Amino acid sequence: MSYQWNWGILLSAVSTGEPTTYLGWFMDGLKATVTLSLAAWIIALIAGSLFGILRTLPNKWLSGLGAVYVAVFRNIPLIVQFFIWYFVLPELVPPSLGAWFKGLPPLIQFFSSAVVCLGLFTGARICEQVRTGILALPPGQKNAALALGFTLPQTYRYVLLPNAYRIIVPPLTSEFLNIFKNSAVASTIGLLELSAQARQLSDYTAHTYESFIIVTACYALINAVVMLFMRWVERTSRLPGQIGGK
Amino acid sequence: MKLKKIVVALMAAGTLTFSYAQAQQAGTSTLQKIKDTGTISLGHRESSIPFSYYADNQQVVGYSHEYAMQIVKAIEKELNKPQLEVKLTPITSQNRIPLIQNGTIDLECGSTTNNLERQQQVAFSNTIFVVSTRLLTRVDSGVKDFADLKGKTVATTAGTTSERILRAMNQDKKLGMNIISAKDHSEAFLMLETGRSVAFMMDDALLAGERAKAKDPSKFVIVGTPQSQEAYGCMLRKNDPAFKKLVDDTIAKLQTSGEGSKIYQKWFQKPIPPRNLNLNFPPSEELKALFKSPNDQAKG
Amino acid sequence: MYQFNWSGITSSLPTLAQGMLITVQITAAAVIVGIIWGTILALLRLSPIKPLAWFAKCYVTIFRSIPLVMVLLWFFLLVPQLLKSLLDLPPDIDIRFVSAIIAFSLFEAAYYSEIIRAGIQSVPRGQVYAANALGMTYMQSMRLVVLPQAFRAMVPLLLTQGIVLFQDTALVYVIGLADFFRTATNIGERDGQLVEMVLFAGACYFVICLFASTLVRRFQKRYSR
Repeated sequence: MSYQWNWGILLSAVSTGEPTTYLGWFMDGLKATVTLSLAAWIIALIAGSLFGILRTLPNKWLSGLGAVYVAVFRNIPLIVQFFIWYFVLPELVPPSLGAWFKGLPPLIQFFSSAVVCLGLFTGARICEQVRTGILALPPGQKNAALALGFTLPQTYRYVLLPNAYRIIVPPLTSEFLNIFKNSAVASTIGLLELSAQARQLSDYTAHTYESFIIVTACYALINAVVMLFMRWVERTSRLPGQIGGK
Repeated sequence: MKLKKIVVALMAAGTLTFSYAQAQQAGTSTLQKIKDTGTISLGHRESSIPFSYYADNQQVVGYSHEYAMQIVKAIEKELNKPQLEVKLTPITSQNRIPLIQNGTIDLECGSTTNNLERQQQVAFSNTIFVVSTRLLTRVDSGVKDFADLKGKTVATTAGTTSERILRAMNQDKKLGMNIISAKDHSEAFLMLETGRSVAFMMDDALLAGERAKAKDPSKFVIVGTPQSQEAYGCMLRKNDPAFKKLVDDTIAKLQTSGEGSKIYQKWFQKPIPPRNLNLNFPPSEELKALFKSPNDQAKG
Repeated sequence: MYQFNWSGITSSLPTLAQGMLITVQITAAAVIVGIIWGTILALLRLSPIKPLAWFAKCYVTIFRSIPLVMVLLWFFLLVPQLLKSLLDLPPDIDIRFVSAIIAFSLFEAAYYSEIIRAGIQSVPRGQVYAANALGMTYMQSMRLVVLPQAFRAMVPLLLTQGIVLFQDTALVYVIGLADFFRTATNIGERDGQLVEMVLFAGACYFVICLFASTLVRRFQKRYSR
């Protein structure tokens, strides 16, 4: 077998007649990966914070709810969760609702299933970190706030959470990196994100190695950019008076 | 900087691999390789009913698979090695060509169309089947032909000729279809069955196979003007005339001796595993013509 | 409402069990090779010899910045040729199985090495000085003093990573290897029972992983005292 390298193939027009180049397909994939990851990240932060706070509350039922959420979403493989959101759930909801969802344009179906799935999956991890962050604070902070007449919600809003989030920036960084990598699993339900484009490109161009290399390099680049960004976040959010602080 | 390093490293790894592969394969024909290892690697499909698919317990069966097994027999005879070990590797539309090229599989008989584009990369045997690409839809969907698909969602299988035709058609005729490219035929059919798409475009024989699988086959119908004729061939590595001749001769002999028609009846006009369904798919004129004069020509 | 039909599961249990065997084999191989190779990487990373430390750092960074899906696809592409020329394996071996095991082992090693490096660094420096003062070489002090202590502290983390790995093996779906999950979806798509099969597979993973993580937590409680 002899392989002819041809990077120029990426700039040639696609063979389906669509007005784009193979590089255009690649860019579409990149866009899908970035949008999916960022949208899922927002859901993950909201769900993770909410359930993380629940887990630290004195109410047994509420903290139990948080524990169940984490147990379910952390003990089922991500790919299975993708299949459940996309293939299984629309069949289990009332038929009219399922039919409505399945009648939506396919891209919207892929995308909404993927965002919710990836968001709640990552949320379960963030939940644990939020809980750890809150529990790591000295108990005196909570007691002092309550003694000053803060209600419990106020205590969380003004005292506990601002401190806890700053503590957990480093683990959040690695979750933020993970969400980009995990978004590749969405290709298994049919979303044409970056890793799915690697396969489509290699199929249409017959230049497997060029396609895989450019996509792999792109993931590495995303990783580097996210890392730099989070380092900046970490620097600006440091607490004065702590070891890492100013 | 880091990116550049990674790219260089990957390219180095790639180049290294190719030089190994070249050294490995220079002067080694497929027949020689089979003789040396006592093993032949066949690629098969997991859900191309009735060509190549799993019956039960992951056992591979099908029309094309019978051709493959006949070819294995012919190789055993040629090499005088009666007990060749047959290694089966499931392949998809998207990875079959790289797997032939990199030597993972020696021969693939499934539902692979012989076309000029692919001939640049791999070789094809004599044609084993002829199909036309059409649509499978629900009886009550109102879809009679491709023009009715305007603005609707259509499923097809990624990496197939149907996918290319469908996308080009969408572009040329401004149909505004949503196209779902499923990973394999059974996933594409699932899209149709669960109501995610109104039609499934694929080779008609495969559509008949998928329809037979449905909970209620009478709810589905094959419609539409054939968009292309496709000749299925077994795929093998390029530039290996001895192996190709053996494969071609075996297929020609099956087809002219009448054995080919028997295999046809077994898979298309009689109940087949795993659930004893009958495809009721009579042979086309093109297929009858092929059996009279076997050839390895791609169709237009 | 959806009409569940669970009848297909009993008849496909033997096939599903074969799939589970593949899943377990990949997990076991990747845990063992991953920990060994991960320990070596961690030691290289901490070694005073710059090129070795640089190599380990690059290795870990590269593997940690690429999605597992891409790693699996790469190895599926590259492994057949590398194997044939380097290892000369018997030809009847399933190449997808081998490439999955290699991909997981090399990929997980990057993650294990970070856990192990943190474990080694958590051992008080005085221990190394004391070992040096006793006349031990670098290797001896690592093997006899540092690593045993580091590993004891790391066991829960390594086990948890093993559970994560067990879940990650389901991704061999992308190279078509019939592990537990792929077997389940294959049967589901063939028999029109994808909903039941996916739910069943999810439930199996859930029970196994929950059980395993509970065990790890018990273990951790007992030994952290």
